[in-house]
Amino acid sequence: MRRGRTWLFPNRPGILASAAVGGPKEGEGPLAGDFDLIFDDVYAGMQTFEQAERKLLESAAEIALKKAGLGKDDVDLFLAGDLLSQGVTASFAARTMGMPFIGLNGACSTSMEGLALAALAVDAGRVRRALTGTASHNLAAERTYRYPTEYGAQKPPTAQWTVTGAGAGIVALDPAPVVITAATVGRVVDLGLKDPLNMGAAMAPAAYDTIVTHLEDMTRSPGDYDLIVTGDLGRIGRELLLELLEQAGLRFDPEKIVDAGLMIYREDQGVFSGASGAASSAAVFYGHLMKHLVAGTIFRLLIVATGALMSPVTYQQGESVPTIAHAVAVERGR
Amino acid sequence: MARLPEAKAYQALARSKETTRPVAANVARAFLVGGLISVVGQAFMWLYETVFGFTEQTASNPTVATLVFLSVLLTGLGVYDKIGEWAGAGSIVPVTGFANTMASSALDARSEGLVYGVGANMFKVAGPVIVFGTVAAFVVALVRAVVEALV
Repeated sequence: MRRGRTWLFPNRPGILASAAVGGPKEGEGPLAGDFDLIFDDVYAGMQTFEQAERKLLESAAEIALKKAGLGKDDVDLFLAGDLLSQGVTASFAARTMGMPFIGLNGACSTSMEGLALAALAVDAGRVRRALTGTASHNLAAERTYRYPTEYGAQKPPTAQWTVTGAGAGIVALDPAPVVITAATVGRVVDLGLKDPLNMGAAMAPAAYDTIVTHLEDMTRSPGDYDLIVTGDLGRIGRELLLELLEQAGLRFDPEKIVDAGLMIYREDQGVFSGASGAASSAAVFYGHLMKHLVAGTIFRLLIVATGALMSPVTYQQGESVPTIAHAVAVERGR
Repeated sequence: MARLPEAKAYQALARSKETTRPVAANVARAFLVGGLISVVGQAFMWLYETVFGFTEQTASNPTVATLVFLSVLLTGLGVYDKIGEWAGAGSIVPVTGFANTMASSALDARSEGLVYGVGANMFKVAGPVIVFGTVAAFVVALVRAVVEALV
């Protein structure tokens, strides 16, 4: 079932349980209490940053399973992705989990790419229970995309701080506290911005495109959602998104369109324009926002996970940054 | 379907929202920290000249070695990148910055082994400095040789 480009899920797949884990810096932020597990050291007890990222994803997945009272054999599909080359975090975690696995590659939009696909598979009855999640690690990302972790370079104020963390959720048709009602898969948008240290500005049009498409398809207005949460636009990207929405003539309360990248850290934590990374939307949604949905303080929510789809090679070769945003609408279950 | 803004117009809008680098503050910080590193270097130079009997010419080698050692130590202790975030060019331009690029690259690549990790990656950031430093030296020498031949 669909409306325009938006998928509807008439069987009301729900999120049985979810979990969010974070690193030391996330543990000092305003959402510290919403993480199920905080690692005190950036290695998470492992030898390398890459292993630490896997540990984050595995921990989130295992905690979510435990909360739902399920074992690994109770899950028919594991949908995950990450920011490292060849998606090693997801596939190595899938090796540990031993579940049927599909790797995703949506950069920082992976969280909602995974949730949309999990809802689709479960709603269609092909999958009984799906586990979906994503992780990112600040230092693994620095090493992959920027400079060596201990290199003394100065970043511009437009830069964003990759979240060390993970989020995971379990989707099934069983009665659940949170129900997935619709998903709008984004198209790749590229308005020619090239600066990888200003990704929020590059991604804002993708978020705008997906949000407007979703609202048009559903014949809804922004006010129909208690909150619209973007993934990792940061301060500059969010300002641009609001400006675009305003130019399009949409009426909205700016305080109801927030960014996960501006929720994880305090302003004095030195994160420049805000947080980024696959775990930005994943940890905020599967931790903080899920708690609000379960508690009933948020009834209907649209999460719009944004992703920048470039690589260090395309950047060096002077290409612009293609971006994408996937939106998933969730409601408190009955 | 949503109508996207025109690319040129959006790029201009994005530029208008961009927080610019605080150039004046960055320059002041670079001056302070760069100067401080140089003062430390000068102090070591005096030390080597007065206590260890080096001449003004020969004292520069142990001085550079000491600064490199301190920079590598601070890199290993996870301090130099924090200094760099604050000081910018102030801690990149002196010899300590060069040592930091090599030490940080080596540290990062350690998990990939000594040869293909540390060995292959140590010059990843520092390499261009050496390549273009050599090229520049060659060009300058060539210009000098030509000028000398003509004059």
